[in-house]
Amino acid sequence: MSASGKSAPGKPAQHGSAGTSTARLQRLLALVPYVVSRKVVGLAETAAAFGVSERELVDDLNLLWCVELRSPDPYCPIDLSYEGGEIVVSQAESMDRPLRLAVDEASALLVALRMLAEIGQVASMPGLDEGQALNRTIAKLEAAAGEAATPSTQVAIQVDKIAQQAVLGQLRDALARHRRVHLSYYVPGRDEATERDVDPMRLLIVEGRTYLEGWCRRADAVRLFRLDRMLSLDVLDVAAEVPAGAEPKDVDQGLFHPSADDLNVVIELAPLGRWVAEYYPCDAVEELGDGRLRVTLRTPDPGWVRRLALRLGENGKIVAPVSLAAQVREDASAALAQYA
Amino acid sequence: MSRRKTERLLGLVVCLLSSPRYLTAVQIRAAVPGYPESFEAFKRMFERDKEELRELGIPLETGFNSPGDDEAGYRIPRQAYVLPEIRLEPDEAAVLSLAARVWRQAELAGAAAGALLKLRAAGVDAEDTAQTGIEPRLLAGEAAFGPLWEAVRDGRPVMFAYRAAGRSEPQQRHLQPWGVVNRHGRWYVAGYDSDRDAARVFRLSRIEGDVRFSGPAGSVIVPAGTDVRETVREWDTQPRAERTAVLRVRQGAGHGIRRHATPVPDGSASDGTPGRGAGPGAADGWDTISVPFSDAGWFAEHLASFGADVVALDPADLREAVITQLKGALA
Repeated sequence: MSASGKSAPGKPAQHGSAGTSTARLQRLLALVPYVVSRKVVGLAETAAAFGVSERELVDDLNLLWCVELRSPDPYCPIDLSYEGGEIVVSQAESMDRPLRLAVDEASALLVALRMLAEIGQVASMPGLDEGQALNRTIAKLEAAAGEAATPSTQVAIQVDKIAQQAVLGQLRDALARHRRVHLSYYVPGRDEATERDVDPMRLLIVEGRTYLEGWCRRADAVRLFRLDRMLSLDVLDVAAEVPAGAEPKDVDQGLFHPSADDLNVVIELAPLGRWVAEYYPCDAVEELGDGRLRVTLRTPDPGWVRRLALRLGENGKIVAPVSLAAQVREDASAALAQYA
Repeated sequence: MSRRKTERLLGLVVCLLSSPRYLTAVQIRAAVPGYPESFEAFKRMFERDKEELRELGIPLETGFNSPGDDEAGYRIPRQAYVLPEIRLEPDEAAVLSLAARVWRQAELAGAAAGALLKLRAAGVDAEDTAQTGIEPRLLAGEAAFGPLWEAVRDGRPVMFAYRAAGRSEPQQRHLQPWGVVNRHGRWYVAGYDSDRDAARVFRLSRIEGDVRFSGPAGSVIVPAGTDVRETVREWDTQPRAERTAVLRVRQGAGHGIRRHATPVPDGSASDGTPGRGAGPGAADGWDTISVPFSDAGWFAEHLASFGADVVALDPADLREAVITQLKGALA
């Protein structure tokens, strides 16, 4: 819990999610041109591309085949077959091309592409900047999207400068050569510099910060390490050994995965302490009136909470556990004794 | 959605897309199976169908085939409907997949997936396998993002309750939004605040309750030359660290503050007063270091978090602020 970040509850857009009414129509409108542009394509491959089961796909194909117009003369505009697991569209009428991109769709991709281009610049990433693939893709997508591309310039994801260029270079080298690294790593919750060997797995940029994910041989577990907290780093002449069962963290669900062993802490916050609820994921947030908040959070590290309470001063009081509140008072009076 | 409705909507799209002429409601009912017999029931269903197609971004046009017609008809012009040709090289398709993954669980995930679907339908082979060694992610976050993005996209003014830092009560604010920016992993909206008659930046996490539209689409004018990233950057940029603090730090502790420190080599404080402490490695178990800072209040909170391991010596206002902070924690 010592890293800051947040995973406040929020609903991802429901736009086009599988199973809704509009999603199926969108899929059907894309399915015909998908096959037409490939002339012939396998059922399994197509189902995978559309994120549906083969059974659902066959149901879609049957529905398309059944479309009938009655006037002036009855006819079926779409003719297709999927014998032997291969889809062929022999007649597609006016359905042979996909629908143009909506503003949201064009924006989602363009905003992300521009962010990647910026990462390429700040991190001088081969693959992201070499060959200018990003700039070419952005230009082509803008051209294809036409007017729908315009609002995308009103959304931006700014990428922080990665100050640790040397560390980043070393880590990429270690990842490429599958080498173990030795880290001197600062843990703010304990105000400690820790020494550990890590077998690197991947680099991540989450919520604007750059992390190394790796198998920590000190914790015997997958851990995330912030690059800006690495005090020093050595690439060792030892092969990295990430255990076969080591799963990358599901960062999409947030960076913090509270455990049942964590300490439950209740803090009451004055208006000037409300930032705590913004910075750290809380299990419960309750308004107490006059801008005061009561938050419940979980942490494996009581030291982190003591530091937080000292930082908050009169703007935050630990309500529970009581023993922790007493420790904070002891910490404060010990510190004040230095000023006597 | 029922299969019948899907069939009907699909038939409607194919019918209007294939026709070079505007088709009247009556002609449409005759051509597309699945509409009810009663004309009133048909009209209601047809109205809803048109709305659904427009929500999908299908350009449904209304017009007359000739000036003499007394009833308007409908068509979907092919040119407005189709995605223009797009051909991507393998490396371009790879970065496109990576871009779609950025949103994965975040607000525009559905839109990114929808875009990828259409591009695949246009013949682009965007496999989900791009390897770059570095993976950027946005996390699902702010409830206010959706409505604010809509407002920015459609040029609509909004109103919302906002609790500025340290305020006890949220205030109702009115904003003509210019753009939404993610900075240091947090979302902000920038725009013209009509209550304050000035450009303002708001943090989405401090918006309370619903964001409501307070004016029609297209009524927000973004001033020419506006760079929303720059607006947010200026607002968020911390003042340069211009002052210098002299601190005593217990040996083996205070790593978080030492990282920004410059040692005081001759054991003197920055004002030249001798004998106040000792440089690194001093025998009394304490080091004296100097650290740049800008805001005494904020820096005092930071120093207080180190408890008895860090002591502020100088300047006096910083020292007082730390003492106040610690007394607050003691109370």
